Amino acid sequence: MTFNFFDHDLAALHQGLKDGQFTAQELVQGSLDNIAKTNDQLQSFLNTNPDLALEQAKAVDEDGNFAHPLAGIPLGLKDNIATKGLPTTAASKILEGFKPVYDATVVDKLRDQGAISVGKTNMDEFAMGGSTESSHYQKTTNAWDSSKVPGGSSGGSGAAVAAGQVPFALGSDTGGSIRQPAAFNGIVGMKPTYGRVSRFGLFAMASSLDQIGPFTRKVQDNATVLNALAGFDPKDSTSAEVEVPDFTANLGKDIKGLKVAVPKEYFSEGIEDGVAKTVRAGIEQLKALGATVDEVSLPHTKYGVAAYYILMSSEASSNLQRYDGIRYGFRAPDAKTLEEVYVKTRSEGFGDEVKRRIMLGTFSLSAGAYDAFFKKAAQIRTLMIQDFNQVFENYDLIVGPTTPTVAYGLGTEIDDPKAMYLGDVLTIPVNLAGLPGLSINAGFVDGLPVGMQLIGKAFDEATVYQAAYAFEQATRLFEKKPAIADEY
Amino acid sequence: MGSGNFETTIGLEVHVEMQTNSKLLSPSPVHYGDEPNENTNVIDWGYPGVLPVANRGAIEFGMRVALALHADISPFIRWDRKNYVYPDNPKSYQTTQSATPLGKNGYLDVTLPDGSTKRVRIHELHVEEDAGKNTHGSDGYSYVDLNRQGTPLIEIVSEPDMHSPEEAYAYLEQLRQVILFTGVSEAKMQEGQMRADVNVSIRPFGSDEYGTRVEMKNINSFNYVRNALAYEEKRQAAAVRAGEPIVQETRRYDEPSKSTISMRVKEVADDYRYFPEPDLAPIEISQEWIDKVAAELPKSAKERQEYYVNELGIEPYDAEVLTQTLAMANFYDQTVADGADPKRAANYLIGDVNAYLNKTQAELQETKLTPEHLAGMIKLIEDGTISTKQAKKVFEAILEGEEPEAYAKANGLVQISDPAVLQPWVDEVLDANPQSIEDFKGGKDRAVGYLVGQLMKKSKGQANPTVLNQLLMAALKQR
Amino acid sequence: MAEQISRDQVAHVASLAKLAFDEEGLNEFTEQLGDILSLFETLQEVDTSEVEPTYSVTTNVNHLREDQADNWHQKRELLANAPEEAADLIKVPAILKGEAEE
Repeated sequence: MTFNFFDHDLAALHQGLKDGQFTAQELVQGSLDNIAKTNDQLQSFLNTNPDLALEQAKAVDEDGNFAHPLAGIPLGLKDNIATKGLPTTAASKILEGFKPVYDATVVDKLRDQGAISVGKTNMDEFAMGGSTESSHYQKTTNAWDSSKVPGGSSGGSGAAVAAGQVPFALGSDTGGSIRQPAAFNGIVGMKPTYGRVSRFGLFAMASSLDQIGPFTRKVQDNATVLNALAGFDPKDSTSAEVEVPDFTANLGKDIKGLKVAVPKEYFSEGIEDGVAKTVRAGIEQLKALGATVDEVSLPHTKYGVAAYYILMSSEASSNLQRYDGIRYGFRAPDAKTLEEVYVKTRSEGFGDEVKRRIMLGTFSLSAGAYDAFFKKAAQIRTLMIQDFNQVFENYDLIVGPTTPTVAYGLGTEIDDPKAMYLGDVLTIPVNLAGLPGLSINAGFVDGLPVGMQLIGKAFDEATVYQAAYAFEQATRLFEKKPAIADEY
Repeated sequence: MGSGNFETTIGLEVHVEMQTNSKLLSPSPVHYGDEPNENTNVIDWGYPGVLPVANRGAIEFGMRVALALHADISPFIRWDRKNYVYPDNPKSYQTTQSATPLGKNGYLDVTLPDGSTKRVRIHELHVEEDAGKNTHGSDGYSYVDLNRQGTPLIEIVSEPDMHSPEEAYAYLEQLRQVILFTGVSEAKMQEGQMRADVNVSIRPFGSDEYGTRVEMKNINSFNYVRNALAYEEKRQAAAVRAGEPIVQETRRYDEPSKSTISMRVKEVADDYRYFPEPDLAPIEISQEWIDKVAAELPKSAKERQEYYVNELGIEPYDAEVLTQTLAMANFYDQTVADGADPKRAANYLIGDVNAYLNKTQAELQETKLTPEHLAGMIKLIEDGTISTKQAKKVFEAILEGEEPEAYAKANGLVQISDPAVLQPWVDEVLDANPQSIEDFKGGKDRAVGYLVGQLMKKSKGQANPTVLNQLLMAALKQR
Repeated sequence: MAEQISRDQVAHVASLAKLAFDEEGLNEFTEQLGDILSLFETLQEVDTSEVEPTYSVTTNVNHLREDQADNWHQKRELLANAPEEAADLIKVPAILKGEAEE
C-alpha cells in the first residue's frame, strides 16, 4: 500500500484506521517507504527508527484503540527534541551520536496518544539559521525545487511534510523557524503562543523565545496536532496554566466581520514584489470572505531584527555553554588539559553560525556591553509588545507576508549572515511578543510557494486557525503538489 | 583593632546549604554521604533540553533565614544566571538571585568576647544553587560528583562592618547559631554545609577610602577564618609600610603554615555576564506568605536563653549549653512541657545525656531517648518513686527506649516509702543492735550511718532514705 | 557604543566563550561581528529611558514545586554517556589549582 499523504489528511487517515482500511503498521511502513524513496534528494530525515516505529505501530494495532485522532499516525521530529535512547543531535557535531536518556514532554504526549515517530529531521545546527544549511550532517532541499533551500531552521520537518514523507512533523520556532520553512515549502506551520506547548526536552536556543509547533499540509491537521501538544506541563516553569480549547472548534465558521490588521511595515522595502503581490491578493481573499481589513502601523518593527539577534544570541550563548565535552556528547580527541577539553571540543564541535551567535551573545552580555545591547534590546522588546497590544485592542488578527522572499538558492546566503538575519524581519516580532503565528501557502511565484502569516492574540490560536481554514478552503492551494510527489 | 596604625575592614559572604528534601531546581534528593552521583538526574547534569522548576521549600527556608536576620523580604524576585565554566557546574551557569535578592538590609547583633554587643549589618541574602564536588586525583585527573549539585544555598552577605579577626569569628559563630535555630541547616562545617568567603582590607585610621581588598574563598572552619585574617592584616600592613601596593587578588588559606597564599592570577578577568534566567518564573512574596513562614520559624537561641534564665531559673551558662543545637533546645522545651522539673531536666541533658552523646558520637535525634521518657523519669524522682541512685539504671533503660515507670516496676527499681513497711524493719534492726543505740546516745553519730546501712541491706536498697531517716531518728529518740 | 568591535575584544569574548580561532578566523569573525553590530546600532535611535525591559513574556508567577524528593534513578545511563568516567565519577583532566574555582 502506498501512502503519499497528499490524498489523505489526518482526519482521513484516522477514519481509515478506525474502519480497518489499513493498519498503523502499514501507515508507518508507508511513511518509511516514502522516506526511502525521496530522502536521497530531499535529505530531510537525518535518521529513521524503523524497528521501534513498527513495534509501536504493532502495539497500537493490537490495542485497537483509535480513539485519539493521532493514534497510529506516523510523524517526524525535529532533531532538537529529546528522544530517549534515540540519537538527538540538534544537527551538531558536538552531539554526534548523543542519545538523551529522557523523552521531551511533547514526545511523551504524542506517544501516549498513539502517534509514532519514524525519525529525526534535519535542521540548522542548534536551530541557528534560516536554510538548514548549517546542519553538520547534510543539506536538505526544498520540496518544490531541489536547487532551493527548504528554509530553516526546521527545514527537514518542513520539506518532509511538503514532500509527503510524513503526514505531520514537529519543529521549533525561535525567530521564524517553523513559519519560514512552512512558507518556503508551501505548507501550514504554527508557532503557538509562548507557554502553550511545553519546552521540556527541546534543546534550548533562546529560552524566552523558543516554542514547539506542528507542520502539516492542511489547517485542520495542524489544529488537530496542536490539540495533542498543548497544555500545562509542571516540568516547564514557563508553561502556561491556561485552558486549552479545541483548536478545531472554530474551523468552518465563517469569518464575516473578523477584524484584520495589515501592518504597513510588513510591506516595506526588502519585500519582493512577487511576495507582496501574492500576499496582498491573499488579504483580498480574506476580505472577500467577509473580513474587514485596515492598514495599521507597528512602528518598532524595523528594530526587531537587531533586538532579536541580541536577546536570542545572549540566551543562546548561555544555553550552549554546557556543551563542553565533560558530561556527554563530543570531546575533542586530542584534548589533554581541561582548558583544551573545553576550547578544542567547542571549537571543533560547533559550526560557524553557532560560534557567531555564541560570540555575539557573549559580547552582548559582557561587562560594558550589557546596558547598550542586552538591556536595550529587552526595552525595544517592550515597545514591540506595546505596538502589538495597541493593534489588538481593535483587531482580531494581523496578516502579512511570512518572509520577504521565496526560497532562495542553496549556498547563496549562508556566507552572508547579515542578509540571512534580515530575512527573519517578519517572523521575529511574533516571538519577541510571544504571540501565535501561522504561515499558510498564499500562492506561487515562479513555481515557489509564498507564505502568508496570520498573527493572533496571545492564546487565541483558535481564531488564527479559523481564518486560515476559511482561506485554505476558499483557495484550495493544497491541491497543488510538488513534482516530488510523483516519486511515490 | 587593626595592626599598628591601620584599621582592618572585613566583610563576609557566608554560604549555608539548606537541608531541604529535594534540590533547588530538580526533585533529586538532597542527602549527604551517598554513593557518587546517586542523587542526580538529567536536570542536575545540565542535559540538553531540561528545564528547572524552583523548590518552594528552598524559598521558604531562605525566608526563615531572612526573617531571623531581620531582613526586608523582597516582594518580587527574578532569578539570574551567573555564567562561568567549571567541571562541577554542569549548566555552565549558576542559578542565583543577583539583581533581586530574597532579602536586604538585615542585621545580626553579635556579642563580642568583652561582653559588648556589635551590630553587623547584612547587606543582602539570596537563594542559589550549590555546585557539585571535584576531587583532585594524583593521577593527573579530577573527578566530579554531582550529588551536591543543585543543593539550595542561602548566601548571606555582610556589610564590611567587622574590624578584627575576633569580630569575624564571633559573627560567624553567632550567625551559625541563628541559622541552626531557623531549622534550615545543621550548618556542619566539616561537611561543608557552611562556608565563608572573606574580604579583607586595611587602611590608615581616619582614612575615608577602603584599602584594596583581598578575597579568600570557601573557608570551612571559623578558626581558619580567624587565622587567615590575622595573617592578612599583618601581611597587608607590612606591605603598606614597605611601600608595596596591595594587589587585588584571591588568596587561599594554608593551615599548615597558618598563612595565606596568592592564587594564580587569572588570564581573563571574571565576567559572569549575569542576566535574568528565562527558564524560571518570577516569585512574588506576599505579606501573607511571610506571615505564614514567620509562624513556622522556631524561636531563636537568644529568646530561648532569656526564657530559661528568667522564667525557669536556669543558670545563664547552662542556658547556653542547652541552646547549642536546635535539637537539644527543642528536646529540653518538650521535656519541660511534658512536666519535668526544669532544673533537673537541664542537669540531665547537660550532664548525662551529653556525656552519652559524646561517648556514642550520636546526634540527639538519632537516639531512642524521648522527651516524654526523660520527663517521666524525672517525675518518678520528684515524687520519690525512685531514688537518684535507682534513676541511673532507669536512665540507661530510657536511652534504649524503655518507658521509665514500667521499667522501674518490672525491675524492682521502686523506692519503699511506706512507714507501715519500714517501721517493723527499723524496730528489728534496733533490737538486733543495742550497742549502736548506746553509741548513738553517747554522741557517736556514725552509729546512725551503720544502722542506715543495715536497714538499706534489709530493704535491698529500695527504702526511701529520707523516710527511713525520719523513722530511725524518731525510734532512736524513743529508746 | 563602539563603532565596531576590535580584534582584541573578539579574542577576549572568545576566551570567555571557550572558543579558539586561528588568525584568519579571528579576522573574519571580527569583520562579521562588526558588521552585525553595526546593524544593532540602529537601536540607539530609540529613546528607551522610560521603558521597562522585557526578559520573558511568561505570565507565570510562583511556578514552584513542593519540596518532595524523587530520585529518577538515571545515574547509570548518565555515567554511560560521559566521555570518561571512573568509580561512578565524571573524569576530567586535572583541575589546576587556581583555575577559577567558585
